[in-house]
Amino acid sequence: MTEPLLRVRDLKTYFVTEHGSGTAQAVDGVSFEVYPGETLGIVGESGSGKTVTSLSILRLVPEPPGHIRPGSFIEFEGRNLLTLAPRELRAVRGNQIAMIFQEPMTSLNPVFTVGDQIAEAAIIHQGVSRRAARARAIAMLALVGIPDPADRVDDYPHQMSGGMRQRVMIAMALVCHPKLLIADEPTTALDVTIQAQILELLDRLQAELGMAVMLITHDLGVVAGSADRVVVMYAGQVVEQSPTGELFARPLHPYTEGLLASVPRLDGPAARARGRLHSIPGQVPAATAWPGGCRFHPRCPYAWDRCREEAPPLLDAGTGEPGTHTVRCWLLTEPGRRTPHT
Amino acid sequence: MAAPPAVGGAPLVDVAGLVKHFPGARGFFGLGRAQRPVRAVDGVSFAIGSGRTLGLVGESGCGKSTVGRTILRLIEPDAGRITIDGRDVVALRASALRALRRRMQIVFQDPYGSLNPRMTVRQTLAEPLAIHRLARGAEAERRIGALLDEVGLDPSFARSYPHELSGGQRQRVGIARALSVEPQFLVLDEPVSALDVSVQAQVLNLLADLQQRRRLTFLFIAHDLAVVKHIADHVAVMYLGKIVEQGPVATLYAAPRHPYTAALLSAVPVPDPRSQHQRIVLPGEVPSPANPPPGCPFHPRCPHPKKNARCRTEPPALREVTPGQLAACHFAEDPL
Repeated sequence: MTEPLLRVRDLKTYFVTEHGSGTAQAVDGVSFEVYPGETLGIVGESGSGKTVTSLSILRLVPEPPGHIRPGSFIEFEGRNLLTLAPRELRAVRGNQIAMIFQEPMTSLNPVFTVGDQIAEAAIIHQGVSRRAARARAIAMLALVGIPDPADRVDDYPHQMSGGMRQRVMIAMALVCHPKLLIADEPTTALDVTIQAQILELLDRLQAELGMAVMLITHDLGVVAGSADRVVVMYAGQVVEQSPTGELFARPLHPYTEGLLASVPRLDGPAARARGRLHSIPGQVPAATAWPGGCRFHPRCPYAWDRCREEAPPLLDAGTGEPGTHTVRCWLLTEPGRRTPHT
Repeated sequence: MAAPPAVGGAPLVDVAGLVKHFPGARGFFGLGRAQRPVRAVDGVSFAIGSGRTLGLVGESGCGKSTVGRTILRLIEPDAGRITIDGRDVVALRASALRALRRRMQIVFQDPYGSLNPRMTVRQTLAEPLAIHRLARGAEAERRIGALLDEVGLDPSFARSYPHELSGGQRQRVGIARALSVEPQFLVLDEPVSALDVSVQAQVLNLLADLQQRRRLTFLFIAHDLAVVKHIADHVAVMYLGKIVEQGPVATLYAAPRHPYTAALLSAVPVPDPRSQHQRIVLPGEVPSPANPPPGCPFHPRCPHPKKNARCRTEPPALREVTPGQLAACHFAEDPL
């Protein structure tokens, strides 16, 4: 089996809260791998810890109030990013690992042209001349599908639409041909027809450039269409990890199951023929006070005593090779209990 | 281009030829020539039967929110006729309009921005009761408790401030506030798009229950076509200030007649990796509503293979293509 490009082990990122109401355990023991060339989807709702996980990988978590706990381990091509000196880290960040964010309006600098912003990474990381960097910027704009790139290179971000800005963000991220692209909700702020354009662009660029993509999203539809494997996060932990096809065909964690059932579907019945939507009762607990035992037990339709008392580890679902489909749920030890309480 | 007769008897809400143009911005300090007006809503007509839901869908800037606000006269229309329960909304003077506002309410997208952060939930819900002189004192207190119960919140939430509530709880308060004056008609402007999936399902179920129990009529404005399919009876698709297609949900989703509707539907990611559906990726972006293209406003992005010179010059009328389903496309008989 190929070596993973990125290996995250027992990542814990905590935040000291403002009002002294304790420590928010935003990411609390997360482990996963990203393999070369694959797309790993990371799915979760607000407060699940998915964004803090991605920021931790690039050490972009503001310290204080945040800190990555000792014992956490983020290995990229054999080196622990958490112990790299700032200079070494800069050589990785934006060069071998790049990131794009949800909000293309606020992630671009309004006082520099988009060309300067794309060229900057090439100048810093690869030492190319200004002239060569400008040519690279124009080539990147063409690659991400911006018409008249030689003219648009001198535009400022405010002269572009939201979709165009997201293309510029992608051009900036890819100018150094990273091995890993972390895309945090890259299409959430966009309209559905523009989202379709951007998803298609990311697919095409991934195939052309052979990079791995970590796609962080709340949208199960986006994951179904793009990811090879999926990590589902809840309350700061990985609760299920599986190849995409299997996760959608056979979700094993009650949270994954509930989440999939609560999405209104275009391929579902129309209004008057509808039943009620499935919904998960309650809400995501606060990161300062995760429930004891299994963190999902207060919302789980199957929970029994053991779930309230004992936190489940990630258990192997026993399909395929060991470790391909893992689930943090006691149901795997007692499948007979998979009948909801009423 | 009359709207089709509303399903379920006489329409409660009837809108015809609604127009709202916003004046173009000027340069710094109001100097310089004004830019062209933004044609936010450009001749929109529809009817909603009593107790029914019309879904109004479209992308950012298509004018769907302006339609919702203009109907309630939160924004003054430039032209058109709006009747709600037989009363002409456009002609009403301020006092009569205030009385009619009891019958029509709005729920906004952003439960963070639409609640006053300095008011407790009790104060937020007591205000409309006082303004419309519906209840005071112990009676107001009783009604507030009943409203909270109806939207699925514990009565103890009456003492909470908005910042103490989650997004879903705030949206429930927003719904309770709208219901407090016992309206017949609710404009729901993206009511679930700021919410997480599991909470979104809770609020959609709540809205469906409330509609049934109180026989409410909904104008449900949204960009999410799957959500609209789940909750609406009829749907109208807007593009650049105009309705380009409308009809019953079942037929419109199964067989869209306008290429824009077809593209929108195909672009929604389906949460099923085995799905074989073909995504139609539209080229380019929505043009500025200050400068809409001549002819069919959709023609520069239209993927229809029969697109021709007529599309560039002659605006297609919104016309009935199959019973109850209207589309504004020269090739509606020959859909994508």
